[in-house]
Amino acid sequence: MSDVLLQSLITGITIGSAYALVGLGFAIIFNVSDVVNFAQGEFVMVGAMSAVSLLAVGTPFVLALFLALIVVVCIGLILEKFAIEPAKSATVVSTIIITIGASIFLRGLALLIWGKDFHSLPAFSGETPIHLGSATITPQSLWVMGITAILVYLVHLFFNRTITGKALLACSANPIAASLIGIPVKRMMLFAYGLSALLGGAAGVLIAPIAFTSYDAGMMLGLKGFAAAILGGLGNPMGAVAGGVLLGVLESLGAGLISSGYKDAIAFVILLLVLFFKPQGFFGRAGEERV
Amino acid sequence: MKRSLKALVAGFALLCSVNVAQAADIKIGTFLAVTGPASFLGDPELKTLQMYVDKINSEGGVIGKKLKLIHYDTGANPKKAVNFAKRLIKKDRVDVIVGASTSGTTMAVIPIVQKAKIPFISMAGSVKIIEPVKKWVFKTPHTDKMAARKIFLDMNKRGIKKVGLISGSGGFGKSGRSQVLALASEYGLTITADESYGKKDTDMTAQLSKIRATNPDAILNFGFGSGPAIVTKNVRQLGIKLPIYQSHGVASKKYIKLAGSAAEGVRLPAASLLVASKLPGSHPQKKVIQAYKSSFEAKHGPVSTFGGHAYDALYLAVEAIKRAGTVNKAKVRDEIEKTKNFLGAGGIFNMSKRDHLGLGLDAFKMLEIKNGDWSIVE
Amino acid sequence: MNRYRGFFVLALIIIIAPIIFPDSYFVTVVGVTIALNALVAVGLNLLMGYTGQISLGHAAFFGIGAYSSGLLTTMFSWNPWFALLMGLLVTWLVAEIIARPILRLKGHYLAMATLGFGIIINILMVQPTHITGGPDGLSDIPVLNILGWDIDSDIRWYIVANGALLLGVWLALNLINSRIGLALRAVHGSEVGAQMMGVDIERIKIRIFVVSALFAAFAGSLFAHQQAFISPDSFSFHFSIELVVMVVLGGMASNYGPIFGAAVLTMLPETLVVFEDYEVLILGAIMMGIMIFLPQGLWVGLSQKIKPLFLNKATSSVESVGG
Repeated sequence: MSDVLLQSLITGITIGSAYALVGLGFAIIFNVSDVVNFAQGEFVMVGAMSAVSLLAVGTPFVLALFLALIVVVCIGLILEKFAIEPAKSATVVSTIIITIGASIFLRGLALLIWGKDFHSLPAFSGETPIHLGSATITPQSLWVMGITAILVYLVHLFFNRTITGKALLACSANPIAASLIGIPVKRMMLFAYGLSALLGGAAGVLIAPIAFTSYDAGMMLGLKGFAAAILGGLGNPMGAVAGGVLLGVLESLGAGLISSGYKDAIAFVILLLVLFFKPQGFFGRAGEERV
Repeated sequence: MKRSLKALVAGFALLCSVNVAQAADIKIGTFLAVTGPASFLGDPELKTLQMYVDKINSEGGVIGKKLKLIHYDTGANPKKAVNFAKRLIKKDRVDVIVGASTSGTTMAVIPIVQKAKIPFISMAGSVKIIEPVKKWVFKTPHTDKMAARKIFLDMNKRGIKKVGLISGSGGFGKSGRSQVLALASEYGLTITADESYGKKDTDMTAQLSKIRATNPDAILNFGFGSGPAIVTKNVRQLGIKLPIYQSHGVASKKYIKLAGSAAEGVRLPAASLLVASKLPGSHPQKKVIQAYKSSFEAKHGPVSTFGGHAYDALYLAVEAIKRAGTVNKAKVRDEIEKTKNFLGAGGIFNMSKRDHLGLGLDAFKMLEIKNGDWSIVE
Repeated sequence: MNRYRGFFVLALIIIIAPIIFPDSYFVTVVGVTIALNALVAVGLNLLMGYTGQISLGHAAFFGIGAYSSGLLTTMFSWNPWFALLMGLLVTWLVAEIIARPILRLKGHYLAMATLGFGIIINILMVQPTHITGGPDGLSDIPVLNILGWDIDSDIRWYIVANGALLLGVWLALNLINSRIGLALRAVHGSEVGAQMMGVDIERIKIRIFVVSALFAAFAGSLFAHQQAFISPDSFSFHFSIELVVMVVLGGMASNYGPIFGAAVLTMLPETLVVFEDYEVLILGAIMMGIMIFLPQGLWVGLSQKIKPLFLNKATSSVESVGG
């Protein structure tokens, strides 16, 4: 049983890392604009699909990944500029519907460009598994965990050490005050969408060699990312990371130790229980409400 | 762009020909999962139907009339399928329905076609569609029950006694799973593990290491989509050396492409279509299969057995209309039921009052993946 | 009588449509789907539009109603009406149990919790195959019978489903214009504010949540009999999201907005099928477009746009939107 446990943990942390990156994207956009961007999962899909296409036309591997990320960032910026910004008078719920519309739109676009087939990316450095006792870990899993850790650390530094990062946090705390002290709130919004698109795209290219990708692969990852962000507490980007890894581990432990048929149910029951006892997630800030 | 242009030309040609022929078209209705989770079924099915309706029309149609294909995309959603079936019957007034890519959408429309008394040939897998027999409902693909039997026979030959089962939680996987569980003892097999995974799951190593802990002699996976390819890769990543069996749900080159080298040695039951060129010249289906394969591949790339089911459904209907000499629904239905020795892409069909599929176990070949290609297991 | 003007207009449209187009697929078949979706949307709007709480799990209640009817009539040969009542009872219990903890959550946390609830219920429909039929669903759900009258044709279903919708709208109107309704609007305005005024918000929110769940379950039971077949795919979180989109697209806080939204969102895929592979893209673009240019939804948005054209009439119609 211990090897099942170890294997489930490895799997859980790998998949959880992808959830973490998507969740981090959710948290960043939420922090700046109070909007939950339901098109976040589509960033993952577009990243992976673009990389597949670029490789197919003969682009060198590293360059293809890099260009794919640029494509995703552009999509993020376009989304903010042409769908979120024009709707500034919209309520939060209306904005959510806009992002749902955007995710359907992107899926439709991907369907036309890439067709309905599943695609896969080659693993970054071979597929020979590394043995840890009776459990194994693939090199790609290590890439997923490693790059996720680096990205998370960079985002952490960005928020705590740079002026732009601090300005971004200020927007979330109080947008009016932020604009009064001269922070360009509009540009910050654009920046937030670009950044979370980048994180989503990175999750996409990292996970595609393991899980494949298709035009409709984004929705499920988006949902899990959202769950990760909520579990950790929306207001705290690092909480989303913890939430993502936790969710991944819960799922795979559920599958490995209890029941694979009910593993998603187990994960969501635990999520609900967490919310019932900690209504702001694990690391969320306590909300204050305006009267 | 090209397609819509082609459709326009075809539509125009149809318009002209109708004027010349002065006869009402034979309307063939279809609703397929062209988008959504089962698009890998619906997409080749629709392409096949369009291709052969054009071909039949260019050769002068059926009983002096042109065929007209009316299609709606269900996205594998049973709710949509119900309304589209009603739309085909009520609004488009089609003469026969061939369609439904998935078992869920098929089961959903059965009450409607039964009530409307319209012949319906499904392209979905589940045995529940034709067991018990429903008067107006037929199907062309081999059932999951047949697949399970074929796999078990091969396991018996190889001396496999204990099987670790993993299946998808979709309709296809679940239905296959219940057939496997029901039939295993008949073949002297024990199922050591019964695991599953969700439609969009990305990694099954947790389930597979649990299966490994039960010491099976082989791993059997029932499912379609990306799941079986991930399972195959995961099995090899875990260093599990056991034989892998897949179902006919992966009978397409895409599976081999996705699973890569991990797919080597995997066995599955599938229609002869996949190994058309490797069949002996004496094989009765060889001519039909090769003709279908070459015309599909000339236009759309590698063939899958799924498009073959659409070919069979269309021609079963067309042949029945020919024999009936009319589009009278009751007569067409009777003729479909009387189908004998029909050489299709999926096998040789012999229908009867009690069998609305008409395929035997011999319609399946046991295949093994070798050097990235299918090969026939003797 | 003014507050019921919209109701009578709706009833008139429902009665006239099949008379003008007696054999139209879009009226008698799609019209049934619209009516059932609209019934759920009206209930959901009580929650979203009047208490400001979101639910991304209403497909689950719709499903509980449908599965109660489906299971009890096929496996235990219950009378469909008792099965329907049982479905409502089960829904009431489930909603009552989860309402208390779930409604303590705010905003996106509530959205996630309801979404999770919906997914859990859906898994419970898929997994125990021997009870629910699994993903292959339940077949042969018997015909509904009203006073010796078999509801077995499209036009009869049109009458029943739309009758149910009118009943639902009537109930919703009365609820909104009752004392609870007043309190409700206070909740939406400012929760803390309402609390200070002595409104027991928690109890009201729970009650509305339960009522809106019952709307969904009732529609679900009818849906099961109308389709004669149900499977978990019809009750997935996609449908929950679709329901929310119906409410928001149509316009919240008006009883007719969600009906309009349900009609639009049900008709769109039916009409967009001609675009084949472009369908998905266009659907997404339309959703975004409506929300960007008419953020209050189609109903309010359009009536404001039309207002200058029929100055006198439109003023009153915009007023009736509130009721």
